[in-house]
Amino acid sequence: MSIKVRYFASLKELVGHDRDDCEFVTGMTVLNVWHKLMPEKTIPANVLAAINMEYVSLESVLTDADELAFFPPVTGG
Amino acid sequence: MIKICTAEFKPYQELEAYQVQQKNKLAGKQGAANIFVGTMRDFNAGEEVQGMTLEHYPVMTEKQLEKIVSEAKEQWSLLDTLVIHRVGDVFPDDVLVLVVVWSVHRGAAFDACRFIMEALKSRAPFWKQEILKDGSRRWVDKNTDGYVQSV
Repeated sequence: MSIKVRYFASLKELVGHDRDDCEFVTGMTVLNVWHKLMPEKTIPANVLAAINMEYVSLESVLTDADELAFFPPVTGG
Repeated sequence: MIKICTAEFKPYQELEAYQVQQKNKLAGKQGAANIFVGTMRDFNAGEEVQGMTLEHYPVMTEKQLEKIVSEAKEQWSLLDTLVIHRVGDVFPDDVLVLVVVWSVHRGAAFDACRFIMEALKSRAPFWKQEILKDGSRRWVDKNTDGYVQSV
């Protein structure tokens, strides 16, 4: 399956770029994707994730053509 | 209406223009309008702040704001809502957010406006990066709790 991964705010700085386009086997969770893409980086404890712009847990499973996003707690307003 | 603004906006002009535009929906029916205006301060967490960049996740931001407004409309009887949020480079005294809620009676307008604002603060994907007096930058790591009294 192919998925698009996006990073925002301080997560973008931690990762060093703002997106990845990847090919994975099916059944990957959000956390699996993080470990696969950044084996040397521990996932921040307060990280938030979204699939197709809806909040999800790190255990959520991805499907083909999903857009996954990682970002820190939001601070708008 | 939900709007993301990349340039400075005048909240009371926006509000007036919107009320005129929505005359059919509001005229004769509105008994209450609750208005929240959030403005940038020149200090935060013990430091002077000279500017800020507001980053957001386009499309998700609008989706989450739509969701928040729908939840408010399910919970209270509302005539209309207006949410405008600024993104990009901002400076002290710039308006960052406007939330207006119109209803028949004041209770719904007060409560729904608070609900929308607090939900926006915890769910809408915006992030602030401050520029301090010495030119260094720092990310705001979390929002304060709007229900706790602060100085």
